[in-house]
Amino acid sequence: MMTSTGEAVLFWALAPLMVLAALGLLFVRRAVHAAIGVVAVMISLAIMYIANEAPFLGVVQVVVYTGAVMMLFLFVLMLVGVDSADSLTETIRGQRWIGLLFGAGLLVVLLGVLGRTELPEAVGLAEANAATNPTGLAAILFGDYVLGMEVIGVLLVTAALAGLVLTHRRRIGQRRTQRELSRERVAGVAGGRALTPLPAPGVYAQNNAMDTPALGPDGRPLEHSVPRVLRIRGQQRDPFPVVEAPTTGTSAVEQAEAPQQVEEAH
Amino acid sequence: MPITHYLVLAVVLFSIGATAVLLRRNAIVIFMGVELMLNATNLALVTFARIHGDLTGQVLAFFVMVVAAAEVVVGLAIIVTIFRTRRSASVDDVNLLNG
Repeated sequence: MMTSTGEAVLFWALAPLMVLAALGLLFVRRAVHAAIGVVAVMISLAIMYIANEAPFLGVVQVVVYTGAVMMLFLFVLMLVGVDSADSLTETIRGQRWIGLLFGAGLLVVLLGVLGRTELPEAVGLAEANAATNPTGLAAILFGDYVLGMEVIGVLLVTAALAGLVLTHRRRIGQRRTQRELSRERVAGVAGGRALTPLPAPGVYAQNNAMDTPALGPDGRPLEHSVPRVLRIRGQQRDPFPVVEAPTTGTSAVEQAEAPQQVEEAH
Repeated sequence: MPITHYLVLAVVLFSIGATAVLLRRNAIVIFMGVELMLNATNLALVTFARIHGDLTGQVLAFFVMVVAAAEVVVGLAIIVTIFRTRRSASVDDVNLLNG
């Protein structure tokens, strides 16, 4: 059966985009970007379902896949760390080429099977969808597949329980009280741990942001004053351009106290 | 455009998903590859339903979606648990399961 011209246009507009977005899964380093690509593929698939006379599945695809599954993926990515990227060092030698070879081989085999298959003349779903698509689906779902429906219900309950059990964290040992925490803190002073809370990030006349370290009494920037996440990502800023910006007046104190660092910074 | 083009697209997406499973080593990306494979099969099922004029194919695709949702919950829970104990989502040396 040949499809209508409109559907052909839709297909040729969507299919290349879908393949590109899916290829992102292979070649993009950051997991978040791959997830965005998969979301694009799934939304396009929903449109294709609707074009294929499956409006119910199209809606379910958006709700379940893009709405629930991919959002769950993004939540887990946030837990695991948004910038978790693949390491590029290979632990198995030649894994990349072997994997690509297997993938290409699978593609060739499947296309070969598809090319040799004799498919009957397409009937179309106009007759089956006569009493709207969801009604037709419901008749089959609750007629021929009642048992499957029940089993699916059991499966969903089990999966919900499994999710709860697997992510449940059991407390190992006693809960630490304020007394123990403060004792630990005092005991840690010998090992270089600060007794007081960590210093706040720098507040300057021109700049009052989390990424600029404060200056200590000796004029050196205090590394600890910048939040740990920013430090790990390398997003902290050098305080001296900020301090030095007006060049007159305000920075005289710092210059007197730490001439060495100022010179280094320039 | 013959209707089999949808099947070709499904085959291409399935292969890309399978290759992602083979190539990538971030557990979450691998999992997304599995999802892509399931989606490709769904597209094939929906197309077959249209070719045969029978809604059973769509019902099967619906079942695949539900099972995939359950699978995602369990799989991601496992990934989160592994990440908590190992501080990494890489599958490179996950041999926690051999006692």
